[in-house]
Amino acid sequence: MSTVSSTITNKMQAPDDKAMPVTEDKVMPVTEAKPEQTVLEEGVTVGTPFADDPKFKLRDVEVFYGETQAIKNISLDVARNEVIAFIGPSGCGKSTFLRCLNRMNDSIDSCRIKGSLLLDGQNIYDSKRDVVELRARVGMVFQKPNPFPKSIYDNVAYGPRIHGLANRKSDLDDIVENSLRKAGLWNEVKDRLDAMATGMSGGQQQRLCIARAIAVSPEVVLMDEPCSALDPIATARIEELITEMSESYTIVIVTHSMQQAARVSNRTAYFHMGHLVEVNDTSKVFTTPEHELTESYITGRFG
Amino acid sequence: MPTNKDDVYGDHISNSFNDELLALKTRFLKMGGLVETQIESALKALVDSDGYLAEEIRANDRMVDRMEMDIDEEAMLIIARRQPTARDLRLVISVIRMVADLERVGDEAKKIAKFAIKLTEEGQTPQGYGEIRHIGAHVMAMLHDSLDAFARLDSEQALRVMKEDKRVDEEYQAAARTLLTFMMEDARNISRCMSVMWVLRSLERVGDHACNIAENVIFMVKGEDVRHTPMEEAERVVGR
Repeated sequence: MSTVSSTITNKMQAPDDKAMPVTEDKVMPVTEAKPEQTVLEEGVTVGTPFADDPKFKLRDVEVFYGETQAIKNISLDVARNEVIAFIGPSGCGKSTFLRCLNRMNDSIDSCRIKGSLLLDGQNIYDSKRDVVELRARVGMVFQKPNPFPKSIYDNVAYGPRIHGLANRKSDLDDIVENSLRKAGLWNEVKDRLDAMATGMSGGQQQRLCIARAIAVSPEVVLMDEPCSALDPIATARIEELITEMSESYTIVIVTHSMQQAARVSNRTAYFHMGHLVEVNDTSKVFTTPEHELTESYITGRFG
Repeated sequence: MPTNKDDVYGDHISNSFNDELLALKTRFLKMGGLVETQIESALKALVDSDGYLAEEIRANDRMVDRMEMDIDEEAMLIIARRQPTARDLRLVISVIRMVADLERVGDEAKKIAKFAIKLTEEGQTPQGYGEIRHIGAHVMAMLHDSLDAFARLDSEQALRVMKEDKRVDEEYQAAARTLLTFMMEDARNISRCMSVMWVLRSLERVGDHACNIAENVIFMVKGEDVRHTPMEEAERVVGR
């Protein structure tokens, strides 16, 4: 990795060893400059981007919107039952990359995807792959809660119905109850399952969307800023839910809240201008990030 | 407090965050300067048998205590307001630890001042003052260098301070043996030599605190905790 170092002279106050420095400060030069500025190189990611026996094995992924390259040669593994957070400034490619994982970009005509994207060793972009089945395995929760304009019950029952997961009404009832319980919503809605979902609070709607996503027993749940429209209490509930869900699901979460990434994820991936700059254990990223750009971003030096 | 964009803690998007971190740093250095002066004055009071100066040191210690509390509060507010991460977090955590060390150095200065008053009142020959001067100069240099390393984020200088600590310990052992000889020569020396011994002990502790500050500077700069690790490990971290 090529680096450009710069020396900076700095003025800073230091204790004076003769006079009382409370009233008098001495200016001294700084010898140790800022850490080196690093130039990004395609396909180079610092930290630990790979895992043994990954759920997703993603290699040399490139995404183009027409002539514009949104993702520049990214390789990453998502481990089983881990919570991995994607962070980075707006336009860095983290949402685009997330949406590659269940082919949400298919509907964008100008979007082209290169590279190898494997889910349990099988090509996500195989021309014979059933996209509906893929999205049942890899569910998604979006930034704004988007319940169907139907009843609470029908929102959760929709997926199991179209995928034929329940043969009898009682089976469907069980799936709806279990999903709502897992989403931490059951006690709040059990007496009004026939009420319109759109009449719920934002936080409840988002948990309903999570219940809807897990009703079809997915293996992976993708979350694209799931709490950005929620208040702190609803956010705390969703975060608690993510932690509980990580026992049975693999979760990939895109978030603009760095504290949220720090709280809920096992690993954190930092994206910058289409590059995957750093992937490391979350505890490391937020205390001693390896890459200067990661450090600048998480400490609020640009973004 | 003007924002300094060239400072590694002064280039956030939020200028008020810059101001807060730089103010924390400046306040810490001011406290460091005051504590250095306290130790220097305490030794002067002792060697010159200056009781007035010794009293002044005891009064100034209240200012040191006040600064410790103020800096702790400021650090706590930064954590609550800004949720600092990475180097910012390491700065705040290190400052919280290092003010405790500075406050203890202030306490040692107060103790030395107390013995200065006692020894002045007893008014006997200055046995062991050579050792006090020597070790005193040594630990004051360590304290100064550790604060300087903090101001300039110079981990190599911090490592040098850590290495000096071992030499101070050796000098302290040697001085203790010399004082023991004085005491064995004449039992009337014992009370006085014990007082000198306590002063040496205080100075040796000042060296330890300077060493702690140096360890925190390495933590701030390199992100690795070198407390309770062998010197070779600290060398490896700094050499990275």
